[in-house]
Amino acid sequence: MQQNYDVVIIGGGVVGSAIARELSRYRLRIAVLEKESDVCTQTSGRNTGMLHAGFLYKTGTLKAICAVEGNQEFDQVAAELDIPFKRTGKLIVGFTDEDRQRLENFKARGEANGVKGLEIIDRKRMDELDPSAGGNFAMWCPASGILDPFLYTIALAENAVHNGVEYHLNCAFTGETRQADGTHLLHTTQGDVSTRWVVNSAGLNSAVVSEQLGIPGYVIKPVKGEYFVLDKLAGQYAKIPVYPAPNPDNTFDTHATPTVDGNVLVGPDSQLARDFQDYESTQAAMDGLIESGSRMFKHMDRSYFIRNFAGIRPKRIDPETGVVQDFVLECRDEVPGVVNLVGIESPGLTSALPLARRAVALIAQREVLTPNPNFDPVRHGIRRFADMSDEERAQAIAENPDYGEIYCRCEKVTRAEILQAIHNPLGVHTVNGVKVRTRATMGRCQGGYCETRITEALHQELGEAFARIDLGPQGSWMFTGSVKGGDQA
Amino acid sequence: MNVERHQAVVVGGGPAGLAAAIQLREKGIDDVVILEREHRTGGILRQCIHDGFGLTRFGETLSGPEYAQRFVDRAEELGIPCLTDTTVLTLEADRTLTASGPAGLRKIQGDAVILTMGCRERTRGALAIPGSRPAGIYTAGVAQEYINLRNLMVGREVVILGSGDIGLIMARRMTLEGAHVKGVYEVQPYPSGLPRNIEQCLNDYNIPLHLSHTVTDIHGRERLEGVTISQVDEHFRPIPGTEERVDCDTLILSVGLIPAGDIANGSGLAVDGRTKGAFVDEHYQTNLPGVFSAGNVLHVHDLVDFVSLEAEALAAAAAEYLKQGSLPPCPLEVKAGKNVGHVIPQRISGKRGFTLSLRVRQPMKKVTLTVTQNGREVLRRKFPKALPAEMIQLAVAAEKLETTGDLEVSVE
Repeated sequence: MQQNYDVVIIGGGVVGSAIARELSRYRLRIAVLEKESDVCTQTSGRNTGMLHAGFLYKTGTLKAICAVEGNQEFDQVAAELDIPFKRTGKLIVGFTDEDRQRLENFKARGEANGVKGLEIIDRKRMDELDPSAGGNFAMWCPASGILDPFLYTIALAENAVHNGVEYHLNCAFTGETRQADGTHLLHTTQGDVSTRWVVNSAGLNSAVVSEQLGIPGYVIKPVKGEYFVLDKLAGQYAKIPVYPAPNPDNTFDTHATPTVDGNVLVGPDSQLARDFQDYESTQAAMDGLIESGSRMFKHMDRSYFIRNFAGIRPKRIDPETGVVQDFVLECRDEVPGVVNLVGIESPGLTSALPLARRAVALIAQREVLTPNPNFDPVRHGIRRFADMSDEERAQAIAENPDYGEIYCRCEKVTRAEILQAIHNPLGVHTVNGVKVRTRATMGRCQGGYCETRITEALHQELGEAFARIDLGPQGSWMFTGSVKGGDQA
Repeated sequence: MNVERHQAVVVGGGPAGLAAAIQLREKGIDDVVILEREHRTGGILRQCIHDGFGLTRFGETLSGPEYAQRFVDRAEELGIPCLTDTTVLTLEADRTLTASGPAGLRKIQGDAVILTMGCRERTRGALAIPGSRPAGIYTAGVAQEYINLRNLMVGREVVILGSGDIGLIMARRMTLEGAHVKGVYEVQPYPSGLPRNIEQCLNDYNIPLHLSHTVTDIHGRERLEGVTISQVDEHFRPIPGTEERVDCDTLILSVGLIPAGDIANGSGLAVDGRTKGAFVDEHYQTNLPGVFSAGNVLHVHDLVDFVSLEAEALAAAAAEYLKQGSLPPCPLEVKAGKNVGHVIPQRISGKRGFTLSLRVRQPMKKVTLTVTQNGREVLRRKFPKALPAEMIQLAVAAEKLETTGDLEVSVE
């Protein structure tokens, strides 16, 4: 690892990667420390993939301001970063007079926040938008959308790398020593680095890192949400996200959300996590999702179950009252050289770039930043065979025969895409790294057909011994070695 | 894009596809082509290196690759063209297939299209097993492919969930490779695999089989560290207080097979919710004219011998279809009655004899199988026992059938 940086960002999730990308517009030596084996393995990857509109949050909060700003610019962001995104709109449905009053309140709040196009609509309009949505009336929010949270995070990180940022994976921050000249010596599991600036975008660990950097006192409550992923065959019944009217405390009951790839997510529920790594699915939560999910989505059928997952929202709470607080984004004069982001939960995905610009502005207020003349905002993703027309497919195969070889049957992912994913700009070398970049193993057979091909390709392309191939995190080995008398290990 | 045309296009070069293609040629259909996604034909048999195949079809016991090779050799002798490295992406109702391979994208239309794509394995996600999601959880077929085709060992301390045949075979295989198989757990009160596999794969190696037990939790963040096993009641609900932690680094799932007819999604092909395969008539023709289906993509079989035989019967009907331009209509329904899980075929003509395949819903002793039509017994057969794990097949003679009135199959 290089030893001296201008800025080191702790945490390569969607916020850290957005900050890295926005900072790479300037002439700075920048590094991102990511403790996991990839950039989207925690909160950034474990969510509903919603581009929020911003009607839910109290006017004037960072949550409201950043969500509205992030929402409005996202068509351009998605185009620049070449990621799957659909501005589907969203229906928030109601049944009772009480629901109607609450929806009216949110419409007023949304309008105060600057959300455009909010309407209360009747059943007839609902039928035009999505006949399978329940409810007697609804608030229609045309600004809401769905995106691929894995690829958005990856795209920000790859664009940052393209513009000179260094990513250090499997590199956990363990502590800081302030040096005589005011710079930081950061201790990591891969050695020490020194830097003039530190950005804390450590997500679930943001309160811990904040304290390690000299800003104690924040409390993060890990709130877990479990999900079911449903087969694309169920996707035909979920055209747009349909949410129930919010509860009095502004939370939503279980809802069904189409993904940008055509699956359906049922969830999340809301429960206090045991710790910041508590991603286990539980029988009780699954039973709850089946019951409540069936009310919102009548095609919640067992034959559509593909997978379960869980995510954890790092909610910053007032330690006295327990009330959930706004995002923290700060640079304190008494703790110079630290940009601190704490409690970035939903709508963090939508707010990532607006937060990143504000983080950069905090640095720019304290020193003159020189623009990077070579900055290129454009990132090109892996071209997907599944998205091509027949003519495009024929052309792609003619140019590269690997585009004809189907590795993942369910999601129609070709060898060409797998190889591009293996040689990704971040240097992620795991099966899950290939998965989130291509969708291989995400279909109904869950890797039954393609996983053996992916591990073989990782071995071939990287010259990596099979025994060293990980499914995801470090230590998630897949093979003990070769069979008796076998020649592969 | 140009559309290539053939008399018969067979999708899948496994045991069903090979048998169908060979039989079509032997019945005088000259223009038969096989589409195979792998580099070579043989299908799943390529990784089934244990023996026990062929007793019914060939009267001798063969390994999977040996069994497949007989069909591969015969197909070669007949000069049947086989497009390997060719994955079919979609089927349309007009029998046009779109297929992809390194050689290009092609559209191929058959006067008859034979669907013989086999099946896939049910996954942890389909069962919604709670717990964490570490490495070390494999379906039995994936573990079998790693070990037998790629020479890779997947674990040391093994728990197997489900007593399906592949799970039993893998219990033995992993033991022979030096792994410690701690037990096989089956949610049903009876084994799902064949009795001979219980004997030869578990009992011979002192591997315990625990009936009415299932995995109710999975532990470990990076690699699997253990599972929680619970006893279940008669409704398969875990019984509180019976939880027991079993440390292991590998969980093998042998929890069922599902016909892999995905290419037909969107074609209008009608699927039976019970078999997850197509609705077929006695000619193995689906609701799409000229589209036929047999083998594990139609309904999951216990033995490959019956897959081959079914595919050969399909081929005889498809050859007639190609020569005559049509087959006798099949307006009569065959219904699954008391204690019967499903039947194949689901429709018949009432004018010809046919092979009836069925599975019972639960294990039964001293049973009588009856087929009735218009309140009259068409067939009555006694069995000392009937198991869901063992498919029942029998011939129904034409002379017993009337040309009107649905059939009902019951076991009591």
